[in-house]
Amino acid sequence: MSLLEVNNLSAFYGDFQALFNIDFSMEEGETLAVIGANGAGKSTFLKTITGLVDTEVDDLNYNGVSIGGLSAADIVGLGIAMVPEGRRLFPSLNVEENLLMGGYKGRQGHWTLDRIYELFPALIERRTVPGTALSGGEQQMTAIGRALMANPDLLLFDELSLGLAPIIIKNIYETLPKIKSEGVSVLLVEQDINQALSVSDRVYCFQEGRVSLNGLPNTLSREQISAAYFGS
Amino acid sequence: MTEWLGSIIQGFLIGGLYAMFAAGLAIIFGVMRLVNITHGDLIVLAAFVAMVAIEITGVNPFVSLVIVLPFMFVFGYVLQRVVLNFTLGDDLLPPLLVTFGISIILQNLLLELFSADSQRLKAGPVETLSIKVMEGLEIGVLPLVIFVVAILMIVIIQQLFNRTRLGRAFRATSDDPVTAQLMGINHNHIFALAMAMALVLVGIAGVFLGIRTNFDPSIGPSRLLFAFEAVIIGGLGSIWGTLAGGIILGVAQNVGAKIDPGWQILAGHIAFLIVLVVRPNGLFPRTRDE
Amino acid sequence: MSDQYLNITSTPQFVVTRSTKLSRFGVAAGVIIILALATGPLWLGRADMRLLVEIFYFLALAQMWNLLAGYGGLVSVGQQAFVGLGGYLLFILTIHFGVGAIWSIPLAGIAGAIISLPVAFLVFRLRGHYFAIGTWVVAEVFLLGFAQVISLGGGSGMSLPISIIRSIAATRAGRDAAVYWIALVLVIVLIGGIYLLLRSRYGLALTSIRDSEEASSSLGVDNFRTKLLVYVIAAFGTSAIGALIYLTKLRITPSAAFDINWTTTVIFIVVIGGIGTIEGPIIGTIVFFLLREPLAEFGSWYLMLLGATAVVIMLKAPEGLWGIIARRYGLHFFPVQRQLRWIVKDD
Repeated sequence: MSLLEVNNLSAFYGDFQALFNIDFSMEEGETLAVIGANGAGKSTFLKTITGLVDTEVDDLNYNGVSIGGLSAADIVGLGIAMVPEGRRLFPSLNVEENLLMGGYKGRQGHWTLDRIYELFPALIERRTVPGTALSGGEQQMTAIGRALMANPDLLLFDELSLGLAPIIIKNIYETLPKIKSEGVSVLLVEQDINQALSVSDRVYCFQEGRVSLNGLPNTLSREQISAAYFGS
Repeated sequence: MTEWLGSIIQGFLIGGLYAMFAAGLAIIFGVMRLVNITHGDLIVLAAFVAMVAIEITGVNPFVSLVIVLPFMFVFGYVLQRVVLNFTLGDDLLPPLLVTFGISIILQNLLLELFSADSQRLKAGPVETLSIKVMEGLEIGVLPLVIFVVAILMIVIIQQLFNRTRLGRAFRATSDDPVTAQLMGINHNHIFALAMAMALVLVGIAGVFLGIRTNFDPSIGPSRLLFAFEAVIIGGLGSIWGTLAGGIILGVAQNVGAKIDPGWQILAGHIAFLIVLVVRPNGLFPRTRDE
Repeated sequence: MSDQYLNITSTPQFVVTRSTKLSRFGVAAGVIIILALATGPLWLGRADMRLLVEIFYFLALAQMWNLLAGYGGLVSVGQQAFVGLGGYLLFILTIHFGVGAIWSIPLAGIAGAIISLPVAFLVFRLRGHYFAIGTWVVAEVFLLGFAQVISLGGGSGMSLPISIIRSIAATRAGRDAAVYWIALVLVIVLIGGIYLLLRSRYGLALTSIRDSEEASSSLGVDNFRTKLLVYVIAAFGTSAIGALIYLTKLRITPSAAFDINWTTTVIFIVVIGGIGTIEGPIIGTIVFFLLREPLAEFGSWYLMLLGATAVVIMLKAPEGLWGIIARRYGLHFFPVQRQLRWIVKDD
């Protein structure tokens, strides 16, 4: 049984159709990357998984459970957590409180406040700083820590590297193996194709709301990816 | 001289009651960005619920809180969950007009049920007890009790919002209801819980109002204005500021009344307008990155 | 025929139009209705004329509130400040300055507009809901302030002296007709004024501010000045109407003149009819009076019904009755929107 199975998923914003008949599957322990141009539907796809966008009940199966109709709050309880696009830390809360919010549902697991600080030592001295006063990299670390506090089995990253300096991006990606080693599967949406290809076991490409390509990174050529990305 | 001092102290103490009126309003706005036009009428509702509870059970007003507070909690939860949650959003017309409509309904319902007669909750000797501070200067025990309860209320609110899991949930949901859902928060439930708790505060305020002054179904709107003025004078986002705002309002009203009894309420409004001109963000605003 | 398809070999042209077939029909119908109303004093009884005057001034008040809230985005719960102000200005102008009763109506409007400037200075410091309650506080200040003025009757108010009443016209019938025509002219002028304003570039500015303040100011629209303009216009209109109202009532007290019920009724009318359209308040006023005549005797229950209706409409059909009709049939009697129409060249 796959960890996540997506069958013929379509999604709408009002009358506007953002996703068309997406088929997708992911196994436990995998790191999967989703690439595509702006507006291709990648973020929308993540929002359907996390329950922020409604879909048909059977379109989405997580560990055998149909989650298409569930609310976002319920889906977190099942073990799916997301690091949102743009980080979206809570401005009224400081770093530690943001991290604690991640643990709101109380799911037990490897990740505790202390373990997060072990993973991201730079946050220790910033614990009482409000979310808005952090640098981009610190915000991303806090956002990741916050998602980990939910002890997810499936961790989603929406535009992980967006708006970050290259050195910060490199540092963040270097923590990915540590995160994975605790037993979480990763689905990441990424604009930076090179990073996406280098960390993932499999890659999907979206184009205008449809899957245009999927396969193993080292079997895909530049031309194939380019064609799938921009459409031919 | 002592007469003036007495007036100012009285004004100071009634500031506690105004802060009590304002606390619930401030919470609702803080968590949900909703300004509840029917707030004053809910204070009056609480007083009437206390009155009915006292009539049925014969207890004194303070004990009636045992009935009033759960009632207000449930009422607030249901009101928010069933009606007001559907008005939340970017447009400010729906919550304003819906709470306006509810205000009309509530006032007239109370009028039908209880008539326009003036009512009072009898609390016994504490109503007239006073402490003699010095020659010619006495402070009422009841106003002092109200002031102390107001302070307790504010301390509890602050602790709740800053130190508890629920308080964090309130602040997070207020910041970003969508991302809050990603944390596992059911924002509809959280908003309803916030309203329920705000109405518990309103319940306490209503009972004290009923003990302290005569009340009838029509005095709701003016309580709303006092609560609102206390919040604005104090500064948005600051719960202690609300206490300061209430005190300033109370003192202004009492000083005005000392000059001329007909000037009491007007003096309060003018103090509010002056603060609005000089310090539009209030005296102790908490700047927030929106 | 070829004019059903765009001729793609030439650049498509479009024209900005405003009037539609329906709006032209509406103009014709409106003119007929106005002419019929204008002859009212000739064929209507006294009670009916008084009712129509009431309908006219509530319609006018509703249009003013709608201009502020529906078009200007300024939700005021304190317009009763200007109703009462206008009423008292009638008394002040006629009694203390010897101005003719009829002339005092537009003059009250002008005075109200001037006084609204410092008021705006105060209340514009607040935003959104807080603005709304702030306007209410101002109205209370007016109420309490005027109650202190002994020469205007203080808290118990005063009646309009007989000499001033007589100066309007010699006979009672003449006075009834005069008041009736003033009310009709006032409501037509005010609605006409709103219509012209919305068709002007200020109207375009208002729509853009209503849609997005940030976007509109980035395009160079002066949000503050436009909103101030709307506020002052509404103050002018509401004060003039207030003067008219108290010319019909002949007796003023602070608690009646500055009663929040002026605003409550108007809000009900606009919400039911449809906020943000000129047609909405017209429908709303008609519905209000249709309900009031049979139901008002039920006192509190009638008011509860009004409140509940407003709540339900706001939750289920926020665009109001006219909004539902307009959306279903694409109607506009008052064409203030600009439409893009393709012009297709024939082959």
